[in-house]
Amino acid sequence: MSENHEHKHHILSIKTAGIILGLLLMLTAITVAVSRIDLGFMNVAAALALATTKALLVIMFFMHMKYESRFMQGIVFLCFLILAIFIGMTFFDLAYRGG
Amino acid sequence: MSNTHKDYAGAKLGMWLFLFTEVLLFGGMFVLYAAYLHEYRADFHVGGKQLDVVIGTLNTVVLLFSSFAIAAAITFIQQGKKKLAVNFTYLTIACAGIFVINKTIEWRAKFHHGIWPDSPHLREMSHGENIFFGLYFLMTGLHAVHVIIGAILLSVMVWFMKKDVINQQDFVKLENAGLYWHIVDLIWIFLFPLFYLVL
Repeated sequence: MSENHEHKHHILSIKTAGIILGLLLMLTAITVAVSRIDLGFMNVAAALALATTKALLVIMFFMHMKYESRFMQGIVFLCFLILAIFIGMTFFDLAYRGG
Repeated sequence: MSNTHKDYAGAKLGMWLFLFTEVLLFGGMFVLYAAYLHEYRADFHVGGKQLDVVIGTLNTVVLLFSSFAIAAAITFIQQGKKKLAVNFTYLTIACAGIFVINKTIEWRAKFHHGIWPDSPHLREMSHGENIFFGLYFLMTGLHAVHVIIGAILLSVMVWFMKKDVINQQDFVKLENAGLYWHIVDLIWIFLFPLFYLVL
């Protein structure tokens, strides 16, 4: 019973990995190009949106999260949710400080 | 101990729990960055302009490619192609080496311009710029430490593959080392635009 894995293990194909790499490089090129144009505050928003997209691609495919159990996906989501609360709360504080 | 119990899911879960602490470690520093960016917007802009975008972009490409290489190595070990798995792990380690060399060149150039933590030149700069470079050295430095640890970890994995400790049936060690390497890449994905491309 314990010699074998309970369920068949998903193997990421080299082709998929290659496509993800291509997308990541493309998004990097876009990130650099967008940063050269002055969009004011939108520069920060665009940079973070692009970085988050890249991070999602890495987590979902390279880190295999797309193929993990619901439990694993849940706790990874929870971890990033906690980080978001941490950052969000700090900004509530900063934004409403007097002076 | 011929019949050792292997808990694949447990090993994976343990690694992820460790990675959460890494996320929150760097998360704390990102909060610090964000708070100071909020306060010293103009100074951060001036600071960012002094960083080398070419080296920064090059290192981004190197790390993204290395992430692909280790993902490919894991695929190959699962397919039983041990030689390819070993070679792609070597490729990942080589990328780590290139990254660290680039980082060294970059930091040396900064030192040459009189910029290092608490340098006299830095203290003469505005408060915000001083903080920007403080965070730059702290965050890219700690990241570089992770790159070096990752390279050592992957070297051990190569040894494990050669000793057949890691093979087509039992590859969770390589997967977990790969997860560590991806986290290193993940952190850089955010460091790069925040420091080199500000804003």
